[in-house]
Amino acid sequence: MSTSTHPQIDHLDLLESHAIFIIREVVAECERPVLLFSGGKDSAVLLHLAVKAFAPQKLPFPVMHVDTGHNFPEVLAYRDERVATLGLRLEVASVQQAIDQGRVPDPGPLGMRNQLQTRALLDGIEKHKFDAAFGGARRDEDKARAKERVLSFRGAFGGWDPKSQRPELWQLYQGKVNTGENLRAFPLSDWTELDVWNYIRRENVPLPSIYFAHERPVLKRDNMWLAVGEFIHPQQGEVVERHLVRFRTVGDASCTGAVRSGADNLDAIIAEISVTNVSERGATRADDRFSETAMEDRKREGYF
Amino acid sequence: MTEPTSDLLRFATVGSVDDGKSTLIGRLLVDTRQLFDDQLEAVATASAKRGVGDLDLSFVTDGLRAERDQGITIDVAYRYAATPTRKFVIADCPGHVQYTRNMATGASTADVALVVLDASKGLKEQTRRHLCIAALLGVRNVIVAANKMDVAKWDEAVYLAVVDQVNEVSARLGFTSSVVIPVSALAGDNVVDPGFMANWYQGPTVLQALEAAPAGSWASSSSGARLPIQWVLRQHGGGRTYAGMVNGGEFTVGQEVTLMPQGVTTVLKAIKGPRGGLEVAMPGLSVDFDLSDETDAGRSDMLATAPLPTSTNEFEATICWFSDKPLVNGARLRLKHTTRSTPVRVTGIAGTLDVGTLDVGPAAEIALNEIGLVHLATADPIVVDDYRDNRVTGSFILIDEVTNATVAAGMIGHANFL
Repeated sequence: MSTSTHPQIDHLDLLESHAIFIIREVVAECERPVLLFSGGKDSAVLLHLAVKAFAPQKLPFPVMHVDTGHNFPEVLAYRDERVATLGLRLEVASVQQAIDQGRVPDPGPLGMRNQLQTRALLDGIEKHKFDAAFGGARRDEDKARAKERVLSFRGAFGGWDPKSQRPELWQLYQGKVNTGENLRAFPLSDWTELDVWNYIRRENVPLPSIYFAHERPVLKRDNMWLAVGEFIHPQQGEVVERHLVRFRTVGDASCTGAVRSGADNLDAIIAEISVTNVSERGATRADDRFSETAMEDRKREGYF
Repeated sequence: MTEPTSDLLRFATVGSVDDGKSTLIGRLLVDTRQLFDDQLEAVATASAKRGVGDLDLSFVTDGLRAERDQGITIDVAYRYAATPTRKFVIADCPGHVQYTRNMATGASTADVALVVLDASKGLKEQTRRHLCIAALLGVRNVIVAANKMDVAKWDEAVYLAVVDQVNEVSARLGFTSSVVIPVSALAGDNVVDPGFMANWYQGPTVLQALEAAPAGSWASSSSGARLPIQWVLRQHGGGRTYAGMVNGGEFTVGQEVTLMPQGVTTVLKAIKGPRGGLEVAMPGLSVDFDLSDETDAGRSDMLATAPLPTSTNEFEATICWFSDKPLVNGARLRLKHTTRSTPVRVTGIAGTLDVGTLDVGPAAEIALNEIGLVHLATADPIVVDDYRDNRVTGSFILIDEVTNATVAAGMIGHANFL
């Protein structure tokens, strides 16, 4: 019998194992799971964990990109590269298609589309009869997310009812739903932003290039740096400047802000985040600034 | 058993509504500088909007609109904090009796219960209920914040009365340690910074007590090693491995393991963890096992080492009932235990707990938020340990067969105080 010394198990090992446990539980309990893959860092980590959970088998479920149509080209390229490398089945739930088919109102070519994602997401879930959707959301991101279960039950309309969540004790994740209902599963619930970055560094998880410092034309709007490009044009009084920036989150290109940063590698990013005094969403998401309970309101309507 | 090396403490706030749990957590997070500037600003804006002063600290964790409008906590908020000494996972639980099930959710994985009570009012029935549930769930260490001492004019007699009440309940419920700290969450005395109002108090602040409390106790156990099988992985070129998360103790390559409930023994040939091959699989790790013999094992079976768990169809358990509809003898439900789900029938109700006297009395049914002792019979055998020996293989939930709602939390056996 081996007498090798005990391997060190740290905080990241426990988070990783717990996430893998949750992923396996959901896949075992649900009929048709799907992983929501935006190409952002959290969904990149989630996908990495899902692949580990079922290796050497192929991922036993597809991934779905809820596509607002306002993408950073670097992120789309990254998505396609991951799908090809890992041999995944990709479904795209398109906001543009929902607009074209008149299922949602057209916010105009420059309008924000994060709100419209909900409809595309729900339509995608319904079309493919998915009963569980994995998401990379973390409880440290937002005060409404801090309240949500790891397995979040959604009724026939896909909405979250924060007043009647299922009790979720110990490690007993209960995934039973009736036809037409679904679950959102958040294996990264207990991870912090710093945990995600430390894990990316430890595991060499590939990321879209826009997470690293690069020079690009930006303009300041509502106290946030937005990337000038296909979806952001200078309006009256706005000045286009070139700066060294990076993105702390990846979302709809029309409402995701960049931060001024010279951090062009993982060590530098981790050092930067360790001392920041602004939250991830506070720094980069215009859509959360409209109201006090923007996230809760969107979740009630069926958002991620 | 070997504990994870990382020093992480999970604690849950417990106690009655309006005694200041969320305010205390808000104070703790603000005074240890865990909040980002924009989060603090958002709390200030929300406070001003509702006319509740410059900074309503409860808004740090009470993030739902209804919670802020009504000034109560509805569901658990999870917050993450770190001091130079250790990391914390905080479950800020609701105090209202209507949301007891959410409190149980937050406390089920806690190492420590941080009990918050209004010092002038002492131990209310709801506080006693929460303490009972925490004790049933296996929490052994409690830190008691005797809050609102500013309102009590920092009167030592008020504090000492709380100490007496806590000591009495603590002894009954079998808590191994229970420090009582005089606190004003609102003013910040004895939360992070020492309070100067109580020169008669020499003990720790809440933060000091949290930094000193033993971590990892929620996962500790005195059973053998257990691997409830979640999934069978097909290997390239044939062969199968068995995936799951280890609990209870360690598995070592070359060791004899027993497949339950079949009772077949085999040898553990190889272990693969998330980062590759391992000689030893420790509790909390997700692994897959290669076994020496071809076995007919699948999801809901369990691999175990001595002392072995029990395979049974009939057992006694303690439950917390979460449904508006009372549980009656003969009721049919679904039970989820580790990775197995099976139909279950209630074959007897032995009694319910009076949280005031802590005595168990006879009962015909178990009502919402009551704690009861029951006899259960399952369709398929389940492989169990007593909850006191292993919180993973000793716990289960009951599920309504029609709505799929989780209607009870259950623990195999019964706590010493019952």
